[in-house]
Amino acid sequence: MAGPVLEMRSIVKTFPGVKALSDVTLTVQQGEVHAICGENGAGKSTLMKVLSGVHPHGTYEGEILFESDTCEFKDIRASEQRGIVIIHQELALVPYLSLAENIFLGNEHATRGLINWNDTLKHASELLRRVGLSDHPETRVADIGVGKQQLVEIAKALSKKVKLLILDEPTAALNDEDSDKLLDLILELKKQGITSIIISHKLNEIRKVADSVTILRDGQTIETLDVKASDTTEDRIISGMVGRDLDHRFPERTAYEGEVGSAPALEIRGWSVHHPIDQQRKVVDDVSIEVKRGEIVGIAGLMGAGRTELAMSVFGRTYGRYAGGQVFKDGTEIRTKTVPEAVRHGIAYVTEDRKHYGLNLIDTINRNISLSALGKVAKRGIVDEQAERRVSEGFRKSMNIKAPTVSEPVGKLSGGNQQKVVLSKWIFAGPEVLILDEPTRGIDVGAKYEIYTVIDQLAAQGKAVVFISSELPELLGMCDRIYTMAAGRLTGEFSRAEASQESLMRQMTKDKEVTR
Amino acid sequence: MSTDVTAKTPAPAPGKSGGGAAGGGLLQLVLNGLRSNMRQYGMLIALGLIVALFAVWTDGDLLLPRNVSNLVLQNSYVLILAIGMMLVIIAGHIDLSVGSLTAFVGAFAAVLTVQHDVAWPVAVVLCLLVGAVAGSVQGFFIAYLGIPSFIVTLAGMLIFRGMTEILLEGQTLGPFPDGLQKIGNGFLPETGPETNYHNLTLLLGLALIVFAVFQEVRDRRRQKEFSLDVVPRNLFLLKLVLIVAAILVVTMLLASYKGAPIVLLILGVLVVGYGYVMRNAVFGRHIYAIGGNLPAAKLSGVRDKKVTFLVFLNMGALAALAGLAIAARLNAASPKAGLNYELEAIASAFIGGASMSGGVGTVLGAIIGGLVLGVLNNGMNLLSVGSDWQQVIKGLALLAAVGFDVWNKRKVGS
Repeated sequence: MAGPVLEMRSIVKTFPGVKALSDVTLTVQQGEVHAICGENGAGKSTLMKVLSGVHPHGTYEGEILFESDTCEFKDIRASEQRGIVIIHQELALVPYLSLAENIFLGNEHATRGLINWNDTLKHASELLRRVGLSDHPETRVADIGVGKQQLVEIAKALSKKVKLLILDEPTAALNDEDSDKLLDLILELKKQGITSIIISHKLNEIRKVADSVTILRDGQTIETLDVKASDTTEDRIISGMVGRDLDHRFPERTAYEGEVGSAPALEIRGWSVHHPIDQQRKVVDDVSIEVKRGEIVGIAGLMGAGRTELAMSVFGRTYGRYAGGQVFKDGTEIRTKTVPEAVRHGIAYVTEDRKHYGLNLIDTINRNISLSALGKVAKRGIVDEQAERRVSEGFRKSMNIKAPTVSEPVGKLSGGNQQKVVLSKWIFAGPEVLILDEPTRGIDVGAKYEIYTVIDQLAAQGKAVVFISSELPELLGMCDRIYTMAAGRLTGEFSRAEASQESLMRQMTKDKEVTR
Repeated sequence: MSTDVTAKTPAPAPGKSGGGAAGGGLLQLVLNGLRSNMRQYGMLIALGLIVALFAVWTDGDLLLPRNVSNLVLQNSYVLILAIGMMLVIIAGHIDLSVGSLTAFVGAFAAVLTVQHDVAWPVAVVLCLLVGAVAGSVQGFFIAYLGIPSFIVTLAGMLIFRGMTEILLEGQTLGPFPDGLQKIGNGFLPETGPETNYHNLTLLLGLALIVFAVFQEVRDRRRQKEFSLDVVPRNLFLLKLVLIVAAILVVTMLLASYKGAPIVLLILGVLVVGYGYVMRNAVFGRHIYAIGGNLPAAKLSGVRDKKVTFLVFLNMGALAALAGLAIAARLNAASPKAGLNYELEAIASAFIGGASMSGGVGTVLGAIIGGLVLGVLNNGMNLLSVGSDWQQVIKGLALLAAVGFDVWNKRKVGS
């Protein structure tokens, strides 16, 4: 390595009322891939915003040295001119413009205000080739998948002569295949001499691409580790992130001791769903699963395996077009054609996308919790506000939702606390079967543990829990049984004892090539 | 409510003397309370300021009993429309057809009562029904067929305007029977002993005061019971005094002229009723939920299509009511009636705190917004400002109100 390309020294950034960064130091070597990890709210994104000029010079304390020069960026443009480009978690592409137009947006190949199309397309296709895309540069962004869009963002960065590429959780929305492609590209760019900083929650990813990792906690640098060193284990990184040893990543389970019943609490038989637009495509194909009272059953699968689609279709046909199948509750067939019907039969579905499908962010905690079962606190169509508050205050305390009162808007809460609100909302509906879709996505380790505890309690009370997750350790740590799905089909069923990451992954990737 | 007009500055003095011990800290309390509820009180204060300004500029003419009475009569239909529009906007939609629909209903009423001698109460019921049907047809297209409300109601705006002209054959039709006229410009009847005031209005005002105070006290007690943060005692007393003073002033103003206009009573019932529904009823909650986040509401089991449908049905019925009030006030149905009323109703809702993206707003806000426009209208008329400048000023008022709100939100957000 040729010495540090970037040094950030004693960075302090204060927002009104909170110290987001207190004394952060980051040193990135020339030509390396440097990972930054830390719990939500540890200050990762803020640090990157300071670096890229989103928070301009003067609004923070400390010193930034890039290629040995002191830098005082006043906006993003200034940092981009030095070759520092940040790719945010939410992609900044215009969906109805072409790939080429997006790549050169704000940086057009033009003479006297008129775009030179030949030049634009030629350069665009060169850049696309560099990131491994063979799509025509005139394709609209809306017509390619999220994985490819991420690559287009990188092509856009390359067009700006990037020297230091910052990626903020680049694989959060990608499936494994696309993630792999992206990570390979980062390694490829490294060979070409581009230094990268990658913010990530996924430790296996860090292991794969990063040379070193800096751990942040509560706005401070905890340590920088050499990833290739033998004592840098995942547990080591995790304990650095949370500041305590994580012997117990999952709570102790209390077994349900009540009546299990002769029939399963929920049984789905031969369920099939067509894609909402493409009628020929079966997104869920003849899937049968069951879950007993007091049982936690996992569904493992890669993105596109049809897990969420199965759950949403069963829950009031809220996804795709129904193409056959039955639902049984305690042995009797039930209709779940609409959400109210499903809820009446004691089924709850906690979405994987709480911001879009789970919560009304501008409304209060109180009103979000009561929404799915307003009837319980209402008489003849009139809501009893006192009763409602009593309920939500109860949940605030029992679920440890960190907010001063339940009148706080949900949008102000952190991801973990938002998730607790969504869970409260569905627990309040009083279901017997809970389908939890990625209940710990995007929340920090401490809150995860709390969510696990709640799930265990629900099972101990005799609820049947279906646990959909992409994190295999989580499924292995929580579930009694695990189903695997691939390309819309059920490909395996494992008891807790039989399941291992390897055996699950083998079934999750089965049949993939056949359907494509 | 319209009573808020005078809830501005005069009361701190009595409030202070009543507050007793913590006299000095009271101002601080008031300021803190205002600051934390800027959104709620901002427009109310603005309304107070506008009233005060025009009262000074017109040498007090604005607050003459006769003018206050006029102000109510002139603006009642916009306020009625604003209530319905607020619901539509909270649900995340818009309704451009209400101006035309008011004209159409007015024409329909004229055809029934003037040309066919239908008894006026029957005509009123039929008109409300026609409005509800018109609203529900639009609601059907919007809710169940998924056509954007902007498009559907833009079509409705053209269709109802055209149908009005067809019904009236381009003519103005009138006069209306006495009973119907009363809706637009009637007053409560005179009864009781000879005082210098209108007795029924006084009684009504008194009843309103008792009701309001009772409500406030009960709310506070309940909140306390539930150990929620309650406003400090001093502030609460001040609030009560302000409410009582406001109701009293408006009551006295109206009672010293011809009494309370009938349309004000209708409006009062609507405000209280819709306010209650939006605050406390499951239906109201569901409107906020679908406007705030439609997919989340759907997945929570809210019957979003039904709610949307009902919101438009309701808008149609309220537009019919407003149409009757206008026609009755003018004592004729005209093809040009209700022109641009949809825009005034929409402006009222936005001045009153609604959000373009839905999910936010209150019925009281719509009324305050409508009153801001109404007082501007009336005040500028008194000052003989031409209609050219009136439009410019009203446009600026809308821009300023929403601009202030956006700015204030950004300040709180950062």
